Amino acid sequence: MEKQKALYEYVLRLADDSLILGHRVSEWCGHGPILEEDIALTNLALDLIGQATSLLNYAGELEGKGRDGDALAFLRYEREYKNLLLVEQTNGDFGKTIMRQFLFDAFRKPLFEKLQHSSDQHLAAIAEKSLKETKYHLKHTSEWVIRLGDGTEESHNRIQESLDALWKYTNEIFYKDDVDSVLIAENIIPSSEEIKAEWTKTINDVLEQATLTIPSNNWIQEGGRKGFHTEALGYLLAEMQYMQRAYPNMTW
Amino acid sequence: MSKKEWPLWEVFIRSKQGLNHKHVGSLRAADSTMAIENARDVYTRRSEGISIWVIESNNVFANDSSESDALFEPADSKIYRHPTFYDVPDGISHM
Repeated sequence: MEKQKALYEYVLRLADDSLILGHRVSEWCGHGPILEEDIALTNLALDLIGQATSLLNYAGELEGKGRDGDALAFLRYEREYKNLLLVEQTNGDFGKTIMRQFLFDAFRKPLFEKLQHSSDQHLAAIAEKSLKETKYHLKHTSEWVIRLGDGTEESHNRIQESLDALWKYTNEIFYKDDVDSVLIAENIIPSSEEIKAEWTKTINDVLEQATLTIPSNNWIQEGGRKGFHTEALGYLLAEMQYMQRAYPNMTW
Repeated sequence: MSKKEWPLWEVFIRSKQGLNHKHVGSLRAADSTMAIENARDVYTRRSEGISIWVIESNNVFANDSSESDALFEPADSKIYRHPTFYDVPDGISHM
């Protein structure tokens, strides 16, 4: 695979993770469990959508077909989205939203730490800016996982259920194909083994403090990186794309 | 489900230019770590600060407002406590 094409695919994957998760978290706006956390979740969603904007604009440049970030965000079909299945999963209760975010942040932080030294300057710059946001996201979600896990019997049971439900999507975080091999060889992205070691350490540390147990069931589900999604994504896209589909090219 | 509310915290923020922390408001949080995170999200999202203090509102003690007369009015008639009786020589600016 040619380098430019691989980089486009890779940036699109990063962008779609941020975009879809950002949209999911934004669904909490006005519905947070307490005012303080409502604002925290909204800040977090805005950080993710900001990352998606930079990444999608860059993906559009790499593609070179005249599509900008908006066109990529709002005018693709479901199969063209390359996000992880993890990030499209529905919000559920607050604990599930936090667990989904924690599993993702624990991956994004070491990834951006490495990507800020990428041989691709544009990607390195986006990673450097996003890293500061992601460090805070991981800190905040870790604190919550610990408090909910090591909290009351009800909070413990509910967040353990969330972990059980989401665990099958975590293997895909380290999905690897030609796109990755080409870019690793060019020193544009780090190897997934490096990232996985750090992810595993963070997960183990925090879950231990939270008195939570990693499910022993090793059933895995993946497909997002190839455009095969769970039922959840279609509904999300229908809402997210409605305005552009109903009123093409509208702006405000 | 427990209906018990989290404790209230008073939040103090030091801005980039300011030397001292200023009281900006209050919020609820289960403990001091979460209070600082909540303060970051609620009170510094428009770059208002570079340092955060939180203190549980329980630990703030206030004067009794019914004693205001005795506490504060005596100072009103002591205008000589203000350094306003000096002539500032010409040429001294920023006074």
